[in-house]
Amino acid sequence: MNLRDLFKKAENELEDSGGIRPEESNLFECPSCHEYPERSAIRENDSVCPICGHHFRMGARRHILMLSDGDGFEEYYADTESTNLLDFPGYEEKLKTAMEASGEKEGVVCGKTLIGGYPVMIFAMDPNFMMGSMGTVVGEKITRLFEDAVKEGLPVLGITVSGGARMQEGILSLMQMAKVSGAVKRHSEAGLLYITLLTNPTTGGVEASFAMQGDILIAEPDALIGFAGPRVIEQTLKEKLPKGFQRSEAVLSTGFLDGIVPRKTQREYLTRVLKIHQRPEEN
Amino acid sequence: MTEYEKILLTREKTRPTARDYILNLITDFTELHGDRRYGDDPALIGGIGFLDDMPVTVIGIEKGHDTGEKISRNFGAVHPEGYRKALRLMRQAEKFHRPVLTIVDTAGAYCGIGAEKRGQGEAIAENLMEMMSLRTPVLSLFIGEGGSGGALALAVADEIWMLSNAYYSVVSPESCANILWKDPEKAGEAASALKLSASDLRGFEVIERVIREPDGYSDGMAALKFYDRLLKEIRDRFRALLAVDGDKLLEHRYERFRKIGRVE
Repeated sequence: MNLRDLFKKAENELEDSGGIRPEESNLFECPSCHEYPERSAIRENDSVCPICGHHFRMGARRHILMLSDGDGFEEYYADTESTNLLDFPGYEEKLKTAMEASGEKEGVVCGKTLIGGYPVMIFAMDPNFMMGSMGTVVGEKITRLFEDAVKEGLPVLGITVSGGARMQEGILSLMQMAKVSGAVKRHSEAGLLYITLLTNPTTGGVEASFAMQGDILIAEPDALIGFAGPRVIEQTLKEKLPKGFQRSEAVLSTGFLDGIVPRKTQREYLTRVLKIHQRPEEN
Repeated sequence: MTEYEKILLTREKTRPTARDYILNLITDFTELHGDRRYGDDPALIGGIGFLDDMPVTVIGIEKGHDTGEKISRNFGAVHPEGYRKALRLMRQAEKFHRPVLTIVDTAGAYCGIGAEKRGQGEAIAENLMEMMSLRTPVLSLFIGEGGSGGALALAVADEIWMLSNAYYSVVSPESCANILWKDPEKAGEAASALKLSASDLRGFEVIERVIREPDGYSDGMAALKFYDRLLKEIRDRFRALLAVDGDKLLEHRYERFRKIGRVE
């Protein structure tokens, strides 16, 4: 990867969160503290604001590499691509745009990696691919990952970001919620560990299935986590939602998370949890 | 009739609701309330009774007919405590080897502050996972609206039967039109693009059977005949499913969903 590619990717992730154009300045207004850190400083800090700690969205592959030991990541099912199963109007164009924006063939990256020396199967959804929407390929790749994890006797770590099921694949995308849940259940019955790391935002059909099915459920700070998105709730109730509603800190206080783990400490946290779950004969 | 006209039909206040099916299909119906965690959701009716001579557990989403009833049933929009009540009753059915009949009719799970605080997503997610390992036959009957995750949370079943005018969709056609084209008036176009009708779903192997509806439900004799035939067909199907070994039943249920969108 050359320097130009690095710069290109950073534009996508940061521009998603609002702010000024790259040609105007290297400074970027953080939507949380409204200070102006340098783009390069944010990027070098794992896409976290160096001033206030605001977590910007991060591409799936970058997040996996951030957590992995050296070159420990081995990608699985990399060539699986979506097709327009329902002949839904405009879907091909949407897929093409998503591929360009994310540099990925689909909305989830899967594989096997090492974290702190412990082998783990990993999947990460990509915010730049139709906001991590779940279609049949996303469902299929995650299902296969759980099935292969059972075969290899390995834990699974899932990093979620999603606006929900992919409308353009209709009922077939809804069925992926049940399909993945079945694979999660089998993995669980095999006595294997599943950790989910929820990032901003994790909503809809993904939140209402495999995102909430982990043995250990952690989230990044200030991530939006919910079944219905806040706009939908506001339209239904015709009232403004309280500040902080559906954010990680609120979800933790209502008892639906085990903890909030910022990017800086995720590797250490996951290593510790994986270590605690090693079976005696493997120690 | 267009797809969208059929959807509008499922929202008519005279259309039979889950309660009408329970009254017509189940004898000695005994309602069982509450999730033992938080409360009793009036949008979801659960209980036990006989389907002909067979003890069964029945769980139905109730929309209500007139305005007062609709309000008291929260328009068939289930809260987390409703899904947790359903799971409690399904586990009870498993313990007593009773088949489970779920009757699905909802525009979607409830969107609101309390529902979110009490973990709407977690409640649905748990049902999806637990129903996959429920060692008793489950048949879902879709009688009208099958709105997304809120419907799926009762439909991880061995078979899904759908009335010919019912629909089952990842998103309502109105929301779909609004999100994709910023125009709720295009709901008709969205309804055909989403391929959400019973016959489309049969083609995708998402459901097993399409049940032909009577021309109307106001003709008492025709409606009685309809219910009577349905009762016998569900009973016969449960008899066959009860004869299947538990491991095979679960393997088949897993495969039923596993095959959708499989890439070789």
